[in-house]
Amino acid sequence: MVNSKYMPLDGANAVAQAMRQINPDVVAAYPITPQTAVVQKFSEYVADGIVDTEFIPVESEHAAMSACVGSSAAGARVMTATAANGLALMWEVVYIASGMRLPIVLTVVNRALSAPINIHCDHSDSMGARDSGWIQLYAETGQEAYDNTIQAIRIAEHTDLLTPVMSCQDGFITGHGVERVGILPDDVVREFVGIYQPDAYLLDTDHPVSMGAFDFTDYYFEHKRQQIDALERAMPIIEAVGKEYEALSGRPQPIIDTYGMDDAEYAIVALNSAAGTARAVARQWRAKGVKVGIVKPRVFRPFPAKQLTEALKGCKAVAVMDRAVSFGAAPGMGPLFTEITSALYVEGITGPKVLNYIYGLGGRDLVPPMVDSVYQDLQATAGDGNGQVVRYLGLRG
Amino acid sequence: MADRIRVNLRDIINEEERLSPGHRLCAGCAEPIVVRQIFHAISDQPVIVASSTGCLEVSTSQFPTTAWRVPWIHNAFENSATTIAGVEAAYNALKRRGRIPEDKEIKFMAIGGDGASYDIGLQFISGALERGHKFVYVCLNNEAYMNTGIQRSGATPRGASTTTSPAGEVLQGKTQWRKPFTKIMAAHDIPYVAQTAPHNYRDLMMKAKKAFAANGPAVLNILAPCPRGWRYNAEQTLTLAKLAADTCAWPMYEVENGKTVVNYKPREKLPITEWLKSQGRFRHLLRPANAQLVEEIQAKVDAEWEELLKAEANS
Repeated sequence: MVNSKYMPLDGANAVAQAMRQINPDVVAAYPITPQTAVVQKFSEYVADGIVDTEFIPVESEHAAMSACVGSSAAGARVMTATAANGLALMWEVVYIASGMRLPIVLTVVNRALSAPINIHCDHSDSMGARDSGWIQLYAETGQEAYDNTIQAIRIAEHTDLLTPVMSCQDGFITGHGVERVGILPDDVVREFVGIYQPDAYLLDTDHPVSMGAFDFTDYYFEHKRQQIDALERAMPIIEAVGKEYEALSGRPQPIIDTYGMDDAEYAIVALNSAAGTARAVARQWRAKGVKVGIVKPRVFRPFPAKQLTEALKGCKAVAVMDRAVSFGAAPGMGPLFTEITSALYVEGITGPKVLNYIYGLGGRDLVPPMVDSVYQDLQATAGDGNGQVVRYLGLRG
Repeated sequence: MADRIRVNLRDIINEEERLSPGHRLCAGCAEPIVVRQIFHAISDQPVIVASSTGCLEVSTSQFPTTAWRVPWIHNAFENSATTIAGVEAAYNALKRRGRIPEDKEIKFMAIGGDGASYDIGLQFISGALERGHKFVYVCLNNEAYMNTGIQRSGATPRGASTTTSPAGEVLQGKTQWRKPFTKIMAAHDIPYVAQTAPHNYRDLMMKAKKAFAANGPAVLNILAPCPRGWRYNAEQTLTLAKLAADTCAWPMYEVENGKTVVNYKPREKLPITEWLKSQGRFRHLLRPANAQLVEEIQAKVDAEWEELLKAEANS
């Protein structure tokens, strides 16, 4: 283990630090709030010669991902960053990147999608991209965003995967929130990520390859199956990279992070920064003697069904917190809820009552009394087993 | 004017075709002719190609086959300029880091149809030109969305009947003039922009050589007659390309470092009706009721030609 140097950094700058240390071959990016700090800081590194990355200041997010595809196919290690409408604009190419098996790493600083236009945090952007064939990592803190960014390179470029990775953190809440972030020494990070050397790439002009060819009905399905298989192979690779990174940094990298789940009767599942708020409340309830727990998935794609069902199976009641809505979905309407309940059903786990809390859309704060109310609801639900599945936190009317 | 660039047919026929035969493009399609002429113009240099979605792309890359004997990538419809910009950036990065030999030169080419160039991809091309990536953008201009079944584009000339601007009882084909794409490209103040057509292979290959030799981005807007979309017999593709130049429906010119040169001035400028009557897409225009429209088209062609000659004189 090597000691990290601790610095006051916001989450966006923590990612920029990781990118500086990775020193990718190419970065193509377009600024959008609240991701802007990532692109601005990285541009400074380029301007000051701190990195020798080729930086492409593209004219849109669609162009950002389009250029990333070209650079990655050419044989370069490529990174970019975006949020919300930016991710929506690059949507078409997000699918192309994964379909072409290009190991691009994309930082998403989560922000609500328009309309109405809103610059603050929710997960509608990255949750919408959950079926795009990318691996998705989620971070509670700037520290985790830093750690995930470095690991994302190794995961994406693993020869058994060659699958792009989306590394997410909450806009403003952690993206602009300054905290104490441990930064590994530069040479340690560079050695950890190594050099990207693909087998077949465009710049190898002596061995011409055609990339992005046209599939008729006779091959498309098989190529999609290969993507499915890659995502199925991903979890042990993410675990192995996490273990290696933990040995280096001293910071554990669990697939799902848990608090109190050894004997929890009432559990909350939440992604990103909300897990921190919920954990603080859970500690107070534990101090009062109530068996509560917290589950925070670090990985959403591939979905950690086994880990989640194992953690939740002994609970009396579970609250799944969603910062995104799948409009019209039922019986719950958040993507985390539908996937967890589906996983529980397939595993034959019917014990826990599961509620779906929609919270924090458009950046509305999740405050501790809201979490208290969730645990109160869970106790009541476990008692009578009835009531609304979908509930809202901090919503008027 | 640059040095006269030799184009030697004897050399060309002995060179390997870097776009192989066996692709699925239509008989009479101008696109493979153009691509092969470009490849022969730079036959001594490695080149990487990014294709936009379109006829050329779907017809040359049906998995597990490929007609491309050069590194080739297809990303999407609108973004071939940005895709090749990404490739060029990777080249710069890897060269700087010593992972590509210092003396290894590679040329970069993006190819799109007029839909990809005039319409859906205009912003992407503009961005790549503004950033100064060293690449050549080639518009294979068949003046409509041919791959999806002959729908109008920004390049479709006024009066042409397409499946989304059909000649009907009230409307006589496309009601708008085409977009001045070549002028828009030249307005980016890049080193080299040219219009050409494949009937004059010397002109096309000379322009390709200049484009690839330019110290910065270059654009070639190349007329690519389409038998299906224009409704003419397949063997007439090059005849029609020549007719386009002779009627000044498609002026052959270049803008080199801001200087305009008209490369072909027909000894006798043929009336636009010669052009209109050569293709089914214009047939309705020859009805007496459309005489006024034909006059307007002739006036537009004349005005654009005069403007071009004036630009040349002022250069």
